[in-house]
Amino acid sequence: MSEPIIALYIFVLACFIGYWVIWGVTPSLHTPLIALTNAISGIVIVGAILVVGVNGASRYAQILGFIAVLLASINIFGGFMVTQRMLAMFRKKTPEARK
Amino acid sequence: MTLSIKLISLVYLVAAALFIFGLKGLTHPASARRGNVYAMIAMLLAIVATLFHPAVKHYGFIVAGLCGGAVIGTIIALRIRMTAMPQLVAALHSFVGFAAVLVALGAYLNHATRNAASQLLLTELFVGSVIGALTATGSAVAFGKLQTLLPGRPILLPQRHLVHLFMALVVVALGIDFVIYGHFAALLLASCIALVLGVMLILPIGGADMPVVVSLLNSYSGWAAAATGFTLGNHLLIIVGAIVGFSGGILSYIMSRAMNRSIVSIMLGGFGAGSAASNTPLAQAADQHIHAAAVEDAVFLLSNASKVIIVPGYGMAVAQAQHALKELSEILGHKGIDVQFAIHPVAGRMPGHMNVLLAEADVPYEQVAEMEDINPEFARADVVLIIGANDVTNPAARTDASSPIYGMPILEVGKAKHIFFIKRSMKPGYSGVENLLFQNENCSLVFGDAKSVCEQMATELKTAA
Repeated sequence: MSEPIIALYIFVLACFIGYWVIWGVTPSLHTPLIALTNAISGIVIVGAILVVGVNGASRYAQILGFIAVLLASINIFGGFMVTQRMLAMFRKKTPEARK
Repeated sequence: MTLSIKLISLVYLVAAALFIFGLKGLTHPASARRGNVYAMIAMLLAIVATLFHPAVKHYGFIVAGLCGGAVIGTIIALRIRMTAMPQLVAALHSFVGFAAVLVALGAYLNHATRNAASQLLLTELFVGSVIGALTATGSAVAFGKLQTLLPGRPILLPQRHLVHLFMALVVVALGIDFVIYGHFAALLLASCIALVLGVMLILPIGGADMPVVVSLLNSYSGWAAAATGFTLGNHLLIIVGAIVGFSGGILSYIMSRAMNRSIVSIMLGGFGAGSAASNTPLAQAADQHIHAAAVEDAVFLLSNASKVIIVPGYGMAVAQAQHALKELSEILGHKGIDVQFAIHPVAGRMPGHMNVLLAEADVPYEQVAEMEDINPEFARADVVLIIGANDVTNPAARTDASSPIYGMPILEVGKAKHIFFIKRSMKPGYSGVENLLFQNENCSLVFGDAKSVCEQMATELKTAA
């Protein structure tokens, strides 16, 4: 199999995983889910690093890549931390709150 | 030091698995935090492995970008108010979109200098850049609407569907030119048109449809990452992008189903624009039969109830009433009254918005119920307290076939013995439809700011005890 076909296989199979995993998420956690997937989509930072760091990257490519790294990094740190903050608030019933 | 490509691929595989475990953790609140930690480890692995990629030679820009992003991201995450979460998410989606555009452009520049761009690669670059651009400006407009920098009502331009179609066709034509001849200008121009199109697609969509828009842009940001993965031949990006893309897609589907409308009709926009025209005679009649109640009346019935259900909506978020509401529910709980919170899937401005606000106010999640679970309970409730949740409680959705919200599943609050509806004014909900609930004999309106009304109720209940 050629590389683009392998990539396509991976893409389609990943779509199935996404389908099954996400349907399992409880509705009360939909906001954290969005925040988390948002942090995860900061994975484009991998692409940005490869663009900015390669040998022979032009000055333009480096500047574009730098901004991309910065934006993706804001996403990753902001996204994960805000998810953590939200999830920390979801608590079980405490004894004194019980009627 | 560099790692071999094989080793990096293996680390990416571990990262992909950890990302999936991370999302799986969100199946239940108890395992969710661990899930987030898994995802963080996965991200760390992915970034570190990439830093040791043999092709990466220069670290100055990378380290600067990473550190800058870490500082800015951390500050934002720690300072943001929970009620502002939809805005934050929209802004962050926008960043992913811009990053995807920049990566596509940068990758092209790198390849062009080496004359190594195949047609397939050009196609992938082009698609990645266009999806990224749509995500970037679409999310920016969503941010503007949620932050109320832009008006929340739909902004309708004449002939907008034709204009959008024309722009889309131009983008496709430019794409064909770019793939065949490799003109960089075509890529740039198409990206710019996509940026404008992103703005125009979201402008006509009104504020209360934002749960769908936020989910859909969440999905786009995933597809943008996946397209970048195809461009770079990076399987980790493809896997993660596909999963995120599906996640947003499923959420959009769940949200639009909860409004009984198709995603297409929401994306075409315009809903809720003609508020005056959409009022049916039946709805207008509702005006004449309104019962207003004082806080004391509500408190009297609340203190004599044995089961109370609280229905929060966007009004609670606007008034920041979640803490006052939690205190009220606690006082009721101490009196031995069974208190539950009922949440409609599209209450608020993003999926799960109300759940997060209640969690912030320390309401235990067992006390918070989704629509399907709580609807049979309303018949047994003595008092239902509604805080700024208009359309999702409107019986017109069941009874009035001419109503724009007809067919939308609602919280069946009408079955309760008494309903108290905290409202700032007589203004109808987002859909522009009068709430037929107000006609009900058992429904009374308590006028005032949601937060101060809840606080008053709490004080009155305490003194009554």
